[in-house]
Amino acid sequence: MTVAPAPARKWDPQLLWVGIFGAVFVVGLPLANALGLVSDYYLNLFGKYLALAILALGMDLIWGYTGILSLGQAIFFGIGAYSIGMHMLLESSGKGVYGERVPDFMIWNQVYQLPLFWKPYTSVVVALASSLLLPALLATVIGFLTFRRRLRGTYFAILTQAIAFAVWLMLNRNEMKLGGTNGLTDFKSILGVSLSSPGTLRALYIVTAGLLVGALLASRAIVRSKTGLVLEAIRDNERRLEFLGYNTAGFKIFVFAVSAALAGLAGLLYAPQVGIITPSQVGVLPSLEIVIWVAFGGRGTLWGALVGAISVNWLRSVLTATYPTLWPIILGGLFVTVIMLFPEGLVGLAARAKTLLARRRRAVAPAAIPASGVNRHTV
Amino acid sequence: MQALVAAIAAVWVITGLGGLAAAGPGALDLEAVARRLAAPATQKATLGELAGSSDPAVERLLRALKDGALYSWKGRLVLLGDDGGLTDVAGRPVLDAAQQPAQLESGQEAVALEEAHFGLVQRILERFEVFGKDPAKRQSAAFKLGTSGDAAAIPILVRAVEGETHRDVRAAMEDALAKLRLRSPDPADRLGAVKQLGRRGSEAAVPQLQALVAEEADPAVKAAARTALQDIDRFVVQRNVVGYLFNGISLAAVLLIMSLGLAVTFGLMGIINMAHGEMLMIGSYTAYVVQEIFQARFAASQDYYFFVALPLAFLAAGLVGLVLELGVIRFLYGRPLETLIVTWGVGMILQQAARLYFGDQTSVNSPTWFRGGVEVLAGLIFPWSRIFIVGLALAALGALWVLLYRSYAGLKVRAVMQNRAMAACLGVSTRKVDAVTFALGTALAGVAGCALALIGTVDPEVGKTYIVDSFMVVVLGGVGKLVGMVVASFCIGLSNKLIEPAIGGTAAAVYAKVAVLLIVIWFLQWRPTGLFPQRGRAATETA
Repeated sequence: MTVAPAPARKWDPQLLWVGIFGAVFVVGLPLANALGLVSDYYLNLFGKYLALAILALGMDLIWGYTGILSLGQAIFFGIGAYSIGMHMLLESSGKGVYGERVPDFMIWNQVYQLPLFWKPYTSVVVALASSLLLPALLATVIGFLTFRRRLRGTYFAILTQAIAFAVWLMLNRNEMKLGGTNGLTDFKSILGVSLSSPGTLRALYIVTAGLLVGALLASRAIVRSKTGLVLEAIRDNERRLEFLGYNTAGFKIFVFAVSAALAGLAGLLYAPQVGIITPSQVGVLPSLEIVIWVAFGGRGTLWGALVGAISVNWLRSVLTATYPTLWPIILGGLFVTVIMLFPEGLVGLAARAKTLLARRRRAVAPAAIPASGVNRHTV
Repeated sequence: MQALVAAIAAVWVITGLGGLAAAGPGALDLEAVARRLAAPATQKATLGELAGSSDPAVERLLRALKDGALYSWKGRLVLLGDDGGLTDVAGRPVLDAAQQPAQLESGQEAVALEEAHFGLVQRILERFEVFGKDPAKRQSAAFKLGTSGDAAAIPILVRAVEGETHRDVRAAMEDALAKLRLRSPDPADRLGAVKQLGRRGSEAAVPQLQALVAEEADPAVKAAARTALQDIDRFVVQRNVVGYLFNGISLAAVLLIMSLGLAVTFGLMGIINMAHGEMLMIGSYTAYVVQEIFQARFAASQDYYFFVALPLAFLAAGLVGLVLELGVIRFLYGRPLETLIVTWGVGMILQQAARLYFGDQTSVNSPTWFRGGVEVLAGLIFPWSRIFIVGLALAALGALWVLLYRSYAGLKVRAVMQNRAMAACLGVSTRKVDAVTFALGTALAGVAGCALALIGTVDPEVGKTYIVDSFMVVVLGGVGKLVGMVVASFCIGLSNKLIEPAIGGTAAAVYAKVAVLLIVIWFLQWRPTGLFPQRGRAATETA
């Protein structure tokens, strides 16, 4: 994991890996798709995974680095997805089955007048702002109400879980005028271009991959800064940090807001590519699933979040297609085995394998296994 | 209607049979009545005479007339039964000259009931229902008569009230009588009726009383009707409040019984067990399985399955809890967030396993003596199953209290939870205490699940619907205190059920839940450690 920041260093070999990652996913994959080597379906699937990887980055910042378990991440994701979804539905207003000015699902619920809170979403600027800033704002408010009063650890997890549950309950109601259990779907176009054309989807993919690289660099900047050190210190021993005179609440609210904004961004990119957002993606279980992506990849390492999000979601796509009824059991098993047996995740395992190899090569045992980054006993 | 009454009165005077109805059964010459009924000219008048009768023979006669089963046979009137046999008006079989059951000639027409009188016969027949055998039917018949506005039904109801022994039916008849008397020509009668309705808080009489207020000429009656309306309003409000309170208490009991297990595992031990809801589910499915076994094997003693299911649910959930503690949780002590994630995973596995094995939804039948309830106020029934859950919650609370604070085992448990190292030094096997305490917590969840199966469906999601609420109870109450749990579950239960009607609409329950959640968050701003915080060092370490 990241070590103490070294401001004097100009070139970091890790940046090379970021460059390679960017070259493969931002340029390589779309190019292969344009040449017909990768099908539209797979490109779209990867677009979805990469959007979810942004969500995982946010979770890693707050859980992996700061040790705060937020079970509300899916709410922020939902805000992003619903915001852009509302905008896309309004953009194609009048093109529904009924040709009405309101989305079709409202007709089913006998709503013929656009609700007031939908109106601003005709503007794409409002939709984008609501996707990114609303989650950050909500996180700031929740963080202000909880961290300032030193509600921490399990209390914070339970409270955010309860909030996620409440939001899920409300979204399922038709009275909320957000599509009830069916959610928002049947998007036709975004920014005036049709969503059914492969070109649009390719463009969306490139934007997603590019923003993921951007989010990765931003997260890197945060965790390598002094703030990042404070965040890790909060995870490892918050009380001592308080005795040293740090206002930990401020740092926690900051990281919570950043992770919420990343989740909103993920939702913003997810909805147009997948074409549907429902309350089932905005609840406690989806929030916990994000935790498992991060844990599987390796918490407290940004690469771990990326690897975890992509691999677990790929596994999900494969397994839900072949064993749909067994998937919850497999996922539950993943929760248990990853946390209990591989707390460092894939990245941790790779690091361990690397040191083992290096040790064998040198045939001299180093004094200790390098710090793996995860403090296993104080989370 | 009044014209009809007048016509009937006139007929009584003319035929000299005015006392017939009041004279009661026995004094009636059925054969003569039947003959007059059969003649078109006297049919209407005779129906009028019969309007006040309560004689079952008259009922039979009228029913036959209505159904076209009244025939004339050799100058007598006979009734054709469903089996094709003929009986006379008194119900005796009719025999022909050869002492064989008589037969109608083929093609013979039944005595005609004039179209215009059909409704009248129907009404008279309805009145007979207040003398029926089934109390529920008598009650609904009385209610129908009360709303009919048919003054001719008054004497019948008076007679029915005299003979009535069932308390509720009697009350319904008195209500009906009062409603009919509201239209009486005598102001004193009306006044009495108004006062009675007001006193009884009869909600069903509100439209009639409102009409009376609008039409009434007599100022005294009018004023009394206004007061009666106010009385009824007040009664309805009171009854609703009592109803909301009971609903709140019953929800609180549900929350309490669910949270008791959490009070042990989370409150006492500090373990966040997200599979707690699934322990509840195990209890529910135990009830279901035991019920199925009883149905298949011991159908005769089916009603007693619940007494077997309750302890079995305790054992089953406790056993699963024990396995969970030994296999998973003991490796995660001191890492609450990881415990949370892992137990959630365990919960998912259990939930999906139940879904695969049992299907999506099953339900448990309450034992027959749990059906129905106690009518506390007119129109307000407390179901037995809810009362039972309140009782069970209190009993479980008492048992847990005694176990923890008044037994040697409880002393050991508390010692380990307060100072593990010291307890270990003094020879307490802390590992064993941990395992047993955790199993006790999950076993309590099993009992809760078994009880909740009585009031809801049994499905794999049952745990998830309650788990969030239970955790809120523990957080609000303050970790580690039983009294906090009780107060918190009552606060959450009551505020849920009192906010619900204030919001109204179909989604009230959802919004009430959200509102309560916001209140809890706001409250925690003010007292972050809950209502009854633990003091001392242990408190700072659990946070």
